[in-house]
Amino acid sequence: MIDNTPNIPYPNPMLIEKVAEQRTIYSVSEITRNIKSLLQGEYPAVWVRGEVSNFKKAASGHIYFTLKDEKAVIRAVLFRGHQQGMKFALEDGMNVIVHGGVDVFEKRGEYQIIIDFLEPEGIGALQLAFEQLKEKLSKEGLFDDAHKKPIPSFPDTVGVITSPTGAALRDIMNVMGRRYRGVHIIIYPVLVQGEGAAEEIAAAILNANVRGETDVLIVGRGGGSIEDLWPFNEEKVARAIFESEIPVISAVGHEIDFTISDFVADLRAPTPSAAAELVVKNREELLRWSRDLFLRLKNSIRRILDQKKQRASYHTADVLFRMMQTILHEKTFTLDDVTKTMLNSIETIGNGKKARFERIVGQLDALSPLKTLARGYALVRKLPEDVPLVSIAQVNIGDETKTRLRDGELFSTVQRKEKTDTQGE
Amino acid sequence: MSKELSFEVAIKRLEEIVKELENGDIEIEKALTIFEEGMRLAKLCAQKLAHVERRIEILKKGEKDEDVLELFQGLDEE
Repeated sequence: MIDNTPNIPYPNPMLIEKVAEQRTIYSVSEITRNIKSLLQGEYPAVWVRGEVSNFKKAASGHIYFTLKDEKAVIRAVLFRGHQQGMKFALEDGMNVIVHGGVDVFEKRGEYQIIIDFLEPEGIGALQLAFEQLKEKLSKEGLFDDAHKKPIPSFPDTVGVITSPTGAALRDIMNVMGRRYRGVHIIIYPVLVQGEGAAEEIAAAILNANVRGETDVLIVGRGGGSIEDLWPFNEEKVARAIFESEIPVISAVGHEIDFTISDFVADLRAPTPSAAAELVVKNREELLRWSRDLFLRLKNSIRRILDQKKQRASYHTADVLFRMMQTILHEKTFTLDDVTKTMLNSIETIGNGKKARFERIVGQLDALSPLKTLARGYALVRKLPEDVPLVSIAQVNIGDETKTRLRDGELFSTVQRKEKTDTQGE
Repeated sequence: MSKELSFEVAIKRLEEIVKELENGDIEIEKALTIFEEGMRLAKLCAQKLAHVERRIEILKKGEKDEDVLELFQGLDEE
């Protein structure tokens, strides 16, 4: 063996010479080409699992990185053409499964895997894209409460951005038809799934804002797979919602479906029906609110007049007050236009409350001090201070006063004072 | 399409008036004036709440690719 013949230099020239007679000598290019075809032939299409490192995106748009595990690395290339349809952003540290063929880059003598498909491991690609966009927009502050616009309590006109033939529109119209008759709906028809849907939805939101004919927008669609709902997870839709001056209610899919649109919208409705109900429910609250304000309006003016009475024996204020008292205690009243229209609307929330409301509106109408003025009572103020007169002690002969009547004001000079016996302090 | 005062604006103003009157520290004439305004607003609100006409329109493309609002014919067969 060679080990036992230390005098013979290694390699043995004789052996080399012998072999040289039958040797084949490759050029670098040739051997590389052979390796290349060997690898290509053996691994035209393989799946490889690994962690992304040394991620680089070239100006050309191609992505270069290294796939690694604990013991080895392999270079990987993802050309731009194969990135289309990849919704999420690749980054270092991500565990992925790739599909592609092994190839040799001859100029560098390096082998690498040319990827034609790549997916994140352990989590769906769309799910990952969703999480990434959510994080990005969240960091930018698009979801902040500070940007949320209040939803109008009583929109006169509701814009609906959805498919004109979809389940969402039918649901919304059913709810509104049943419970919300007095609304004007404008449908902005769009594709809600597939190619171009996101662009259409974003454009419709912008257009609705330009047209400015609606008080609130409902943007959504019925239920479907995550792919179907995907347009509502697209950044352009999210940004259009964020930019909208008109408040946006998102209504995508079912209760359990959350989309990026939901996070950006001023309000998320769990379903399209619920979106319609949110608006309708507000209207019922509104009837209660109006009624409450009527009551308070009545009570407050009464209290004011009451206060005036406490400190005055002044004729006008006193009589005015007693007039009010009388009117308020009367059971009779007339129904004018206000009462009628209020009663019509109140019917929609139940006849039980009708009688009470009728009474309030009747009282309120009768209560108006302007009507009292119309009956011949007056309000007198001392000039130049312009303070209300509640006692003859406030004026001297020769002082100027201003008297308010139903249709205008009189300016007079005090000629004479006479005290009467009506109740005083 | 801003027409008259919107319901939203009207009822909010009405609420302001009520609060001002409830505050109590107000001259009688001012009270009368805003009470009158409150009545007008209340009437407007009532009218809007009573409004029951429903209109559904859909935005379509016209002949010159311009936006046109048309009355919505309903969902297919319904």
